[in-house]
Amino acid sequence: MSKHIKSSAPADNEAILGILNNSEDMLKHIYIAYFPMVLQLVLSNNGSEHDAKDIYQEAIIVLYSKVRSGDFELSSKLKTYIYSICRRLWLKRLNQMSRFGGSIHDFQEYMPLENDLVNHEEKDIQFDKMEGALNLLGEPCKTIIQDFYIYNRSMQDICDKFSYTNADNAKTQKYKCLQRLKKLFFQQK
Amino acid sequence: MSDIELLKVIEKYLNGEMSIDERIRFDMLRRDNADVDSKLKEHQQFSDCLKQYGERLQFEHILNEIHQEIDVEALKEELVSHPSWIVQLWRDHHSKISLAASIAIFAVLGTLFFTGYLKSQSQESTVLDLRKRVESYKQSTDKFRRSTDALLKDMNSGTRGTNNGKYSGTGFAISSDGYIVTNAHVVNDADSVYIQNAEGDAYRVKTIYSDPIYDVAILKITDPAFKSLKALPYAFKKAKSDIGEDVFTIGYPKNDAVYDKGYLSSTTGFNGDTIRYQVSIPVNPGNSGGPVLDNKGNIIGIISGKQTQTDGAAFAIKSSYLIKAIKAIPADSLKGKLNLNTNKSSIAGLTRTQQINKLQNYVFMVKVYNN
Repeated sequence: MSKHIKSSAPADNEAILGILNNSEDMLKHIYIAYFPMVLQLVLSNNGSEHDAKDIYQEAIIVLYSKVRSGDFELSSKLKTYIYSICRRLWLKRLNQMSRFGGSIHDFQEYMPLENDLVNHEEKDIQFDKMEGALNLLGEPCKTIIQDFYIYNRSMQDICDKFSYTNADNAKTQKYKCLQRLKKLFFQQK
Repeated sequence: MSDIELLKVIEKYLNGEMSIDERIRFDMLRRDNADVDSKLKEHQQFSDCLKQYGERLQFEHILNEIHQEIDVEALKEELVSHPSWIVQLWRDHHSKISLAASIAIFAVLGTLFFTGYLKSQSQESTVLDLRKRVESYKQSTDKFRRSTDALLKDMNSGTRGTNNGKYSGTGFAISSDGYIVTNAHVVNDADSVYIQNAEGDAYRVKTIYSDPIYDVAILKITDPAFKSLKALPYAFKKAKSDIGEDVFTIGYPKNDAVYDKGYLSSTTGFNGDTIRYQVSIPVNPGNSGGPVLDNKGNIIGIISGKQTQTDGAAFAIKSSYLIKAIKAIPADSLKGKLNLNTNKSSIAGLTRTQQINKLQNYVFMVKVYNN
């Protein structure tokens, strides 16, 4: 029953190289090539296109962090790897929603993936906590922290943006914010 | 040193903004003060996490931008056109559908069971005993009393009969000295049994043997008015008869003898019953117990019933079982010996009309009275 999805997927070794070089073009290429496969999987198993998008993006993130961590060995086709992650993620999601009927309608071959997702899940939990802490932090702290630590802006830029009288004041303010953020982060369960 | 100042220093250290001198001093501080060291590690981890979180956000942003470029609707259209909606419906709801279906089946079966539909279905085709319930039983009290009086009178005078028995069937002589055979179901629960011959003479009989398995009953005429019959014109066939043989019967589905003919259609009866033949003869209530004869005037069986809902399927107990049943009669129930003529019938060469003429005097209506 599986329909052949026509798409010009990049060669697997090129794709891996592109990921390592942080090539945005390659990311786009990969993303567009394999999305229909995942959409088909999710739609055929009680999901919507929004579910498919969520699952697929999560899988791409897993792939990227795996490749960049250096211990990625492509033992099968990249397509199979992505499909297997998505399948696994979607099964988990179905179970959480108790909509899993006991069997999944497959379109591709897949392989068991137990360990690849553990790291990812741990990180996800941390990121969720970080997001929660940042949201609780409130302004202007949140923006100062984001500008400095995430967007790598200089202290002088931040100082100008928030009209602090001098960079030292801004710095002190930043450290106060950071301390509060730490507190909030570690308080969260 | 306050926490904030410490943080400042740690950050400076981590970012490599310290001079070599400061660095060496801070390294010494770290060695000496475990608290400072752990604070540094914690800060390092935390800022890494923050950084990765930032990267993740950016990455997701990029992914979303790429996603915008995909025409999801078109893709969906292409993918969803099959499987068809009915398959999809089944996939989404198969547990519910299965549950509903099983409830429906249960409900239907339950309803059928409780309304007795199943029961009547299974009984639809059965064997109907052919003893006749006599209509006059339903006469008014007045009439009933009158006819009972008449019966009593007749019984005293001994010969002329009436037809107000409750049930009636057919029977025929198996010896010239007054032994009659009929079906056991004809004389079941009888208080008194009479037989009536073709001329209308009735005699009181006694049931001396009844075999409910072969459905055979042997009666003996006890009436003093009875005089011995002439030698029986027919013989009893020991061997099995074959399919296709022409057979005929005489019975009393009404007050006068009725002749019917047909053929032997199967060597087994209802549901493979080996005691009986299946014969294709139009029979009616009242025929029960009548003889089934072949062309040569041999008795091959006794009519015992017919299948409901099936035309032309009557059943006759095989003569071999009749002989068996007769042999099983305890000797002290009999006066003398009961010998069946199994040799040759005396009406073998006659025409059917002549055969019937001869036979008629040996076939009786069996009338059963009970309260």
